[in-house]
Amino acid sequence: MSAAQRLSGMPTVPRRHQDQIVRAPERLALHDRAEDNLRYIRETMARAGSFTSVSGRGMMHAGVVGFVATLASLRYPYASQPVVWSAIWIVAAIVAAVLSSLAIRKKSLRTGESLLGGPARRFVLAFAPALVAGAILTAVLVARGLYVLLPGAWLTLYGAAVTAGGTFSARPVPVMGATFMALGAVCLLTDPTWQPYYLAGGFGLLHVGVGYRIARYHGG
Amino acid sequence: MARQSRADRTDRSERRSPGVGLKAVAGGTGSAQSLDKVIHERIRLGIVSALAVNERLSFNDLKQLLHATDGNVSVHARKLEDAGYVACTKGFEGRVPRTEYRLTAAGRKALERYLSHMEALILAARGK
Repeated sequence: MSAAQRLSGMPTVPRRHQDQIVRAPERLALHDRAEDNLRYIRETMARAGSFTSVSGRGMMHAGVVGFVATLASLRYPYASQPVVWSAIWIVAAIVAAVLSSLAIRKKSLRTGESLLGGPARRFVLAFAPALVAGAILTAVLVARGLYVLLPGAWLTLYGAAVTAGGTFSARPVPVMGATFMALGAVCLLTDPTWQPYYLAGGFGLLHVGVGYRIARYHGG
Repeated sequence: MARQSRADRTDRSERRSPGVGLKAVAGGTGSAQSLDKVIHERIRLGIVSALAVNERLSFNDLKQLLHATDGNVSVHARKLEDAGYVACTKGFEGRVPRTEYRLTAAGRKALERYLSHMEALILAARGK
């Protein structure tokens, strides 16, 4: 036993086991690299497979617009003022869409994700059909004076659009879509006097809540 | 002497199948030498991973996704193509040339083997 070994108190390692000591750091490094590689694969797959520029802040702005529209529409119910009531919600939808689009643009510039790339294109292609169906249905229901069906139809079809688009986005997005659809179904099946609360709960509260979660945990 | 001949055998087998020399991770240890070197490089790993969750991706999609330069993506995609891991289709979108890539069955298998190997390395290091 050498002096150095006696001083350090380390036992002598038999010659036949010395190669294992040399290999230990190599195995540790490989293990670290393996974990790093798996993390990289997971992150790349997540980035490639999903549209991550859905903006939580934009969604929160849309939620505030939803609350304002609900308050305004309470003053002008469709039973007495159908044209004003419809106009309030259509303007609210346009304002919310513009605010969300601007927020998505801002987030995509920050994250470097292209809005013309594959994931964004798939998101839009999945999101659009249910919205177009909603626009057609709105026109038909307004023309026939069936305003009572509009809140439920809007909630359900917007939920369908979000659920479909959300397949290519962060997890809270499709969950929010499914909740909208459930709310729409309840809205269609229950007493119409509750409709303003369902609209406020969906277009207001859900947007603000899920928007906050996306802003907090999914990069803004 | 025995150790020397084992090393020689390993070298010979890697020469026989360059790039795709990923061997079974017997006992869960494995080593850097037995990794699939075609996939192991960062950009190439990124290309294969991105294509694993997309039926096809354009050259520009890959470039933006991996924050890489034209030259980088081009060179690494070509290596993956040479190994038979990705297939490339060149066409036009209007008048603009468009190059698309998709993962081949061999590429998907190679990624699965690589993932198994990484998991085996982690398990081995944890002493399981």
